[in-house]
Amino acid sequence: MRIRIRFTKHGKVRFTSHRDVARIFQRALRRAGLPVAYSQGFSPRPKIAFGLALSTGHESEAEYLDIDLDPERTAGLEMGDLPARLSNELPEGMAVTAAVIIDRRTVSLQQAVTSCTWQIDVVDVDANTVAGAVARALAAESLVVTRERKGREVTDDLRPGVLSLDVEGPVEAEEHGGSRVRLLAELATQPRALRVSELLGALDPPLVEHRVLRLHQWTTNETDARQRSSPLHAAASALVGAT
Amino acid sequence: MSVSLWPRLENLLPQVQKPARYIGCEQGAQTPAHGDGVVSWLLTYPDAYEIGLPNQGLQILYEIINERDDAAAERAYCPWTDLEALLKREQIPLFSVDTHRPAGAFDVIAFNLSAELTYTNLLNCIDLAGVPIHSVSRADSDPLIGVGGHCTYNPEPIADFVDFVVLGDGEEVVGEITELVREWKGTGRSDGSRRALLRELSKVAGVYVPSMYRVTYDGAFIAEVTPRHADVPATVEKRTVADLAKWPYPKQQLVPLTEVVHDRLSVEVFRGCTRGCRFCQAGMITRPVRERPAEQVRTMISDGLARTGYDEVALTSLSTADFSGIQQVIGETISDAGCDQVSVALPSLRVDAFTVGIAAEIQRARRTGLTFAPEAGSWRMRQVINKLIREEDLYGAVESAYSQGWRRMKLYFLTGLPTETDEDTLGIAELARNCAALGRRHHSSPSVTVSVGGFVPKPFTPFQWFGQNTVVELSRKIGLLREDLRYSKGVQLKWHDPKATLAEGIASRGDRRLGSVIEYVWRKGGTFQEWSEHFNYDLWLEAMAASGCDVDWYVHRHRTDDEVLPWDHLSAGLHKDFLWQDWRDSLNELGLEDCRWTPCYDCGACTGYGIEHVVASASPPAGGSQGTGVDLSRGGAVPVVLGERPRAASSGDGPQSRPLVGVGS
Repeated sequence: MRIRIRFTKHGKVRFTSHRDVARIFQRALRRAGLPVAYSQGFSPRPKIAFGLALSTGHESEAEYLDIDLDPERTAGLEMGDLPARLSNELPEGMAVTAAVIIDRRTVSLQQAVTSCTWQIDVVDVDANTVAGAVARALAAESLVVTRERKGREVTDDLRPGVLSLDVEGPVEAEEHGGSRVRLLAELATQPRALRVSELLGALDPPLVEHRVLRLHQWTTNETDARQRSSPLHAAASALVGAT
Repeated sequence: MSVSLWPRLENLLPQVQKPARYIGCEQGAQTPAHGDGVVSWLLTYPDAYEIGLPNQGLQILYEIINERDDAAAERAYCPWTDLEALLKREQIPLFSVDTHRPAGAFDVIAFNLSAELTYTNLLNCIDLAGVPIHSVSRADSDPLIGVGGHCTYNPEPIADFVDFVVLGDGEEVVGEITELVREWKGTGRSDGSRRALLRELSKVAGVYVPSMYRVTYDGAFIAEVTPRHADVPATVEKRTVADLAKWPYPKQQLVPLTEVVHDRLSVEVFRGCTRGCRFCQAGMITRPVRERPAEQVRTMISDGLARTGYDEVALTSLSTADFSGIQQVIGETISDAGCDQVSVALPSLRVDAFTVGIAAEIQRARRTGLTFAPEAGSWRMRQVINKLIREEDLYGAVESAYSQGWRRMKLYFLTGLPTETDEDTLGIAELARNCAALGRRHHSSPSVTVSVGGFVPKPFTPFQWFGQNTVVELSRKIGLLREDLRYSKGVQLKWHDPKATLAEGIASRGDRRLGSVIEYVWRKGGTFQEWSEHFNYDLWLEAMAASGCDVDWYVHRHRTDDEVLPWDHLSAGLHKDFLWQDWRDSLNELGLEDCRWTPCYDCGACTGYGIEHVVASASPPAGGSQGTGVDLSRGGAVPVVLGERPRAASSGDGPQSRPLVGVGS
């Protein structure tokens, strides 16, 4: 039996890495006593599969994880209790917000997710400058960057990956530091995931991220590419918890 | 009341490596309330988070203090160099990871000292806390600086920097210190009251207050160390917890969110060791042996696994295979775990086939490597150091391991031991080659990794009088091994940097005059000296020269029995004449059997404190020679000879007449 969960990552725990999160979940699953299936062989590992990595330091409303359960031990498992049961075992700032049973043939999260919505706060820059940079990027036909990959220079056009980019305007900064301007962006994850820091670096003038929050991950409907939905909706055969 | 530093800190963390080291949030972490009637402790490990977090001593005290109504404990670790630079730039002090409270806001900053090379980090942490590094310069409003841990059996090199030192087990004494500090806090820390508090602390058993003692010198030598006041004890005895069963800590072992060393559940099965290995300070200073009841071990394992979610448990002690009923505990752990995958780690394997049998039971899968510590290359040398393992024991263990599926053996050795000859050193290579040959009977490409460390004589061991080998001599011996093992198939040699061994030797047996050396190294930026990429040998030599301290005199000189040692006013319970006799026996190549199953040698550890070994079984564990030199079949009893302890035949040119000077290199 395979389940897919959605979880959040806020506050201090945003400084844990993708690998750390994997370790945190392995232990939380054991503590919660979920009958996780293990791989065979000399070093058995729990069968869990994460979606797109979240950069260390970024927060999220919508992280996803697929977990294989041992079908012989799932009797009496209440899917409705699962979010609370797992959240109890997660560190402060992490909570499971939904859990569904999915079909084992469901496309993996890595493949299924096609874009993400990001809330990006930049600092030490005024709203007009940010608006100008965004307008120039959206008007441009291409946003070419060169980066080094395996010792070779590669050029990439980031523009096709920018599905939307809006200035939400200045926001109140609760802590010290200059003014903050908030952006909303939908960035493609296929054929490769466009990173927030890459996009900000390619703007004119380049902007520096202060706080970044992933709001959504999207999958596209196989029959109608304009219809997008969350990885839970797309795969759910039984839906539990908030969506 | 202090404000959390987190809002300022979180802006810096995106700029540093591994920021999760600084966030706390571990499972089991506490956010205690602070207040007027509450003594606040900042328990600090003076190294990086990933090294310090697993420290069990620190975690035990963290829980015990937080269980008190009148105390609160938080934790701190050394910020790595990248964050340290940012903290200095932004003028942010050292902070706790639990609530990000500034270190200077705590009543006590207490350090665990497990390695001498962290001494410069100790100074760095005190400085980053905004506290004067010299005890004498601190104001009544400054936190008290305390230290504990194995290194503090000779705290003299850091005596000028600390306010108090705890010797031995901390479980009980931490409460007694809390009560005195609480009273002091209650009186409002009036002018000059700090000194009165320190004097009160000096009267607590197990607490040493260096400023209450005067050291006088006779030339280069110490003439005497005397209390400054009549009510300050002349000798400070260590603290020993008699019954481990009363202290089932940690009850909520911290589970870190990010990668650390020893990332698994740890359950301490006993404290103390009477194998009597003469190079081993831990075995000497933690006597007597105190076993935890097997039933409690089981409970701590099952509760701990359920609470932490770990899939691995380490049974810790100085020689876990010696735990009475080890087989039963392991068998039950494996079967209790049911369908969950749990592995058991024995960090200190004894060298015999029986122990490998236990390992086979617990490592049904993942049989990759096993580690043994024969420590020396010849039977003669092992008698000198009292590591009484026969070659047959080692070969039996290795053969058993290879035949049961393990492919990689790791063998730990020391070099630079007293009376060591080139023949003894080269014996290491011979043992390794023979082990590899045994492996080839079972596998096509078995591997043997030989790890050689330079020997550093430690206080409160029979080798405390021995002059440590020089860097040149240690390098020569490592060179001999490299040459000899050059064409040995399947044997890899690794060695510890002899220069780091020297620096450790400087701090290990130094006196108060070494304080300026440590301060010099720290002021020149010499922190994280345990890390090879930061270790700075030239800086240590420069510091010694600048302070007028002679390396030969401090490190390479043999001491005589009439010399006042810098730690003579402290006591680990061991009689100095026992240690001296053991040193003489060592030079006579006389082994000393484990006193758990032989008559008492009166080392002083039991009698002095009115406690005894707490062991569930007084018969030795089965298998191997158990130091008797004869093979004991499973379950066999060790022949016990009542009467006088064995002596070497004292013929004219016998080993007893070997002069002390000229030993070793």
